[in-house]
Amino acid sequence: MTGFQAPNVEWLTLSPLLVVFLAAVVGVLVEAFVPRAQRYAVQVGLSLAAMVGTLVASLVVFARLSPTADEAELGRVVAAGAVAADGPAVFTWVLLSVLGLLSVMLFAERKVESGVLTFAGQAAALPGTEAEREASTRGLSHTEVFPLMLFAIGGMMLFPASNDLLTMFVALEVLSLPLYLLCGLARRRRLLSQEAAMKYFLLGAFSSGFFVYGLALVYGYAGSMGFAQIAAAVSADTGSRALLLGGIGLMSVGLLFKVGAAPFHAWTPDVYQGAPTAVTAFMAAATKVAAFGAMLRLFYVAFGGNRDDWLPMVWAVAILTMVVGSVLAISQTDVKRMLAYSSIAHAGFLLTGFLGIRSLDEVAPGGLTGVSAVLFYLTTYGFTTMAAFAVVSIVRDAGGETTHLARWQGLGKESPLVAGVFAFLLLAMAGIPLTSGFTGKWAVFAAATAAGAWPVVVVAVLMSAVAAYFYVRVIVLMFFAEPVGDGPSVAVPSALTTVVIAVGTLVTLVLGIVPGALIELLGNVGVFIR
Amino acid sequence: MSETPFLVLSAILFTIGAVGVLTRRNAIVVFMCVELMLNAGNLALITFARTTGTLDGQIAAFFVMVVAAAEVVVGLAIIMTIFRTRRSASVDDASLLKY
Repeated sequence: MTGFQAPNVEWLTLSPLLVVFLAAVVGVLVEAFVPRAQRYAVQVGLSLAAMVGTLVASLVVFARLSPTADEAELGRVVAAGAVAADGPAVFTWVLLSVLGLLSVMLFAERKVESGVLTFAGQAAALPGTEAEREASTRGLSHTEVFPLMLFAIGGMMLFPASNDLLTMFVALEVLSLPLYLLCGLARRRRLLSQEAAMKYFLLGAFSSGFFVYGLALVYGYAGSMGFAQIAAAVSADTGSRALLLGGIGLMSVGLLFKVGAAPFHAWTPDVYQGAPTAVTAFMAAATKVAAFGAMLRLFYVAFGGNRDDWLPMVWAVAILTMVVGSVLAISQTDVKRMLAYSSIAHAGFLLTGFLGIRSLDEVAPGGLTGVSAVLFYLTTYGFTTMAAFAVVSIVRDAGGETTHLARWQGLGKESPLVAGVFAFLLLAMAGIPLTSGFTGKWAVFAAATAAGAWPVVVVAVLMSAVAAYFYVRVIVLMFFAEPVGDGPSVAVPSALTTVVIAVGTLVTLVLGIVPGALIELLGNVGVFIR
Repeated sequence: MSETPFLVLSAILFTIGAVGVLTRRNAIVVFMCVELMLNAGNLALITFARTTGTLDGQIAAFFVMVVAAAEVVVGLAIIMTIFRTRRSASVDDASLLKY
């Protein structure tokens, strides 16, 4: 009988996660003990401090990775093997802290709703009742949205860093559960919002059911939850292949649902449209980063050895996703819904980069790996889409946001600056040169072509052309159509939303003009450890 | 004792759950079917813990149970809100968002 050995936790490496979770727990206590009048200031301050803190901590951890030329494997496995803090994981931590910081600012916006949050005053009060009117006149706000968002961010940061199946499942749920609630908390159009929450919840829970069963099958195959042991079992090829393939299939259902890839995309438009726009921005940008990071790790690390088995599936899903997203977006009449289909198409482009999987010895020095390309694309897409949804949140009329495209006619005459920024962001999503969308697409296409997935790249280029049509249509609508009726009006937001739009647009521009530094950085850190 | 009957049972439970989610109309019943799928996963995990002689599966089953409990909290809150607003928990009635 040996004595108890304390596990090797390495608190410093885990500090970015701990800061977020601690702040979230403190946020719950704030809800319980701080008087209502001060909660907004305390919660916003706490959340901003937490996101800045985790950003600093992530950068410290990132700096400690110190890429040395001859060392292929960077980073360390911590928390008794549960968390892998390697280059890609820590990069997503940094990215998620920045996106989280911007999301806190969007959530905290009060000026466009004349002094209250854009979240329901009291979610339990039924729409259209006296109780709701009272909550509205008393100026109540659910400041619980801030701790909920912090929990979601914590789950998102753990998700791509998880080094075994169980941690991955728990992280998946920790990021999903707060998001289900946040979706149902809109101040305006509450029926839509509640419906979005229910659809997201039921379909999300359905997909986690698949994930758990797939996890069980893979565990039955490998006899362990750890990715390194699974990878070893896959290369030894000793167990039952039916278990392995069934497990991979079921787990990919869960992950493809989270990234919004066809044929598991059906929730995306409904939820993106119904959820409060700040939440949509947060989901669209941050969930994609987390889910793709986790998918890359699971498939590259654990199932990298039998990639010939699952690559055809990803080919088919990537092509289907791009076609569904781009073609269905054409007929949309709602801005948020159109951006949702556009996010489906982007999931397809990201999956194209995902196909860039190659063994390390096949990659030329300085060449783009699939991991670096996908992470680069996630950076570009995250900032662009967050700024785009932030713009959507300030185009309003008396009934709240005006998301119907017909109401956006002539926005360029009403407010050339806002329309111009939105046009620029749409061009970035379409992948026009000098925007980050172009460099991002170039990176994933280059990685996929190098790995021999050129037929998918051909489809991707065609679908980019289709997608350009509906982006440009909105731009034409904004600048070359006469306003209908009293036309749209642009609410003047506080500095919070302005900063989000400015940062998102600036990153879109900078990464479009000088992407070299970030791509080089990702080339250095873009290797998973086991 | 052979592990096959347990795996077959868990597969049957999983299928019942998945078919239930796809065919039932009441949100609460749909949600119960999801829980059935999670429990099918638990049964498979415990069976594999036995066959592989490791503890990971049993530990994982506990985590899945905790997660399922947390999911009930969030899920029932959402379904209750919808029910109070619409006087109906049918997933077919909630159809404002489409196309």
